[in-house]
Amino acid sequence: MELASTERNGDIIVRVDEQRIDAAVAVNFKDSMRAYCLGQHPRIILNLEKVEFVDSSGLGAIVAILKEVGEDKSLVLAALNPSVEKVFRLTRMDSVFQIYPGVEDAFEGIAYAT
Amino acid sequence: MQLDETLTAPPEPILSCDYKGSTNGVRHALFDLRRALSGAGAADEELASAEIVVAEALNNVVEHALAEETRPSFHLCACSVEDGMNIVIRDKGRPMPDGKPPIGELPEIPSDLVDLPEGGFGWFLIRELARDLTYVRQGEENKLTFRLAICL
Repeated sequence: MELASTERNGDIIVRVDEQRIDAAVAVNFKDSMRAYCLGQHPRIILNLEKVEFVDSSGLGAIVAILKEVGEDKSLVLAALNPSVEKVFRLTRMDSVFQIYPGVEDAFEGIAYAT
Repeated sequence: MQLDETLTAPPEPILSCDYKGSTNGVRHALFDLRRALSGAGAADEELASAEIVVAEALNNVVEHALAEETRPSFHLCACSVEDGMNIVIRDKGRPMPDGKPPIGELPEIPSDLVDLPEGGFGWFLIRELARDLTYVRQGEENKLTFRLAICL
């Protein structure tokens, strides 16, 4: 599972460098994200701009990551492609996650919130 | 005369192929399906819906019906019909529990983060996006059929 991370203002941006988060990689994705979840960064911005497809296994993995991040830190999703956005909308998971159109929007949103 | 022949001729499948019953087999099947549906004129949003619903159906086949098979495989067929695209998925794995597909209700969203559901979305997505869904057990074979209201 290819993930690329950069730090910014104490937060961490994790870009998923895969076209699909599906049943073939969901467990691997969850495991690869664990280090970031357990890190000291108060906010994790998950950049999904390269991800073209998420199935229910991938969605379940992203929910598991949100739970692992816990209440004291936050996980933010950015740059969902239309197909990915559709899965979140249909399952109403768009009401559970903070979702921003792009990574920059996520930072501005965070800035406004603090 | 020629028109009558066109009307009565059985529709040609745009895809009819066997795949390995694995998560990679599902990826291959979905890749072929996208290409076939694109060729049939499906728009991007239609492709997205089709890929989601067929992915969920195939994942269920691989994870449940074929879990114990030594040489698991499934057959995927897509056929253009008057009111959309018919999808038929066949496998020789275990039958559905109680002989019928799950109702597929959306899991409730609890107020506590720790209680959030990490699964149970698959059949909800299938029921939400597929039309005329039927499941039959024919001998040793599972046959799931549904229609996608795309390429209209």
